[in-house]
Amino acid sequence: MNGHGNEGGQSPGYRPIIHGIGLGLVLAACWLLLSGYFQFLLLALGAASVVFCLWIAMRMDLIDHEGAPVHITWAALRYLPWLLWEIVKANIDVARRVIHPNLPIAPSLFDAPVSQQTDLGQALYANSITLTPGTVSVDLGPGVIRVHALHDGAADGVLEGEMDKRVSAVEGQG
Amino acid sequence: MIELALDILSWFFLLAGSAFVLIGAFGMWRLPDFYSRLHPAGLTDTMGAGLVLLGLLLQVDDFTVGVKLAIIAVFLLVTSPTTGHATARAALASGLRIWQAPGKPHAANAERKDDDE
Repeated sequence: MNGHGNEGGQSPGYRPIIHGIGLGLVLAACWLLLSGYFQFLLLALGAASVVFCLWIAMRMDLIDHEGAPVHITWAALRYLPWLLWEIVKANIDVARRVIHPNLPIAPSLFDAPVSQQTDLGQALYANSITLTPGTVSVDLGPGVIRVHALHDGAADGVLEGEMDKRVSAVEGQG
Repeated sequence: MIELALDILSWFFLLAGSAFVLIGAFGMWRLPDFYSRLHPAGLTDTMGAGLVLLGLLLQVDDFTVGVKLAIIAVFLLVTSPTTGHATARAALASGLRIWQAPGKPHAANAERKDDDE
């Protein structure tokens, strides 16, 4: 990510070795858990694959705060349960509107402020909005996100900025 | 006894997930325009797929199968909003206007001013 993609500012958690080790651990865990074999030959092949992938990623300059965001993993895991609960609530709400005889929807397209400083934080926020039914992120500019909402309640939910605050808190852990 | 309870719970999740998939499909047919149809599509991706995977997770005897189901869930959690955003952005870039309900639009609605002209 030299020269581009860093407009959001280099993350304070930029430590190539930590990110490399983090990516290596994830790759090794994937190999072990997906294969389920523990013979020596297969473990050796797995280790060779992990090292080879890390080498390629290093040569392609992919090991950075975006390719292996280990620095926010813990904060993101604490954010996830809240997000999942929001998704469940929004799902039930949208499902009820869809099967309601009167179809109570009032779509709108509006801009909401974005307080995240890094590309990674903004991507996490935009994806969180889209994952929650009733709101879809349509466009992302500097400091502002354009959202399509299915009804006024969903639009107000985004404008209140609770999710924005929580994602910024995750990002701030770096 | 526990086996039976797990089966009942598993079937509850599978049926609830299927219901969300069906409602999502129904919504995609019923809603008026491209943008609003993205929302019921989200039902299928999140609660639909999520509950079906949860129900299947209660049926596994093999640890590695469970891991694979969990990885599918993580994969969906990342890819589904990305594709949703990409399609919506492409529609906006090509100039597609949103459908608006008759009556008073939301105060923050960006397309309201355009319509007054």
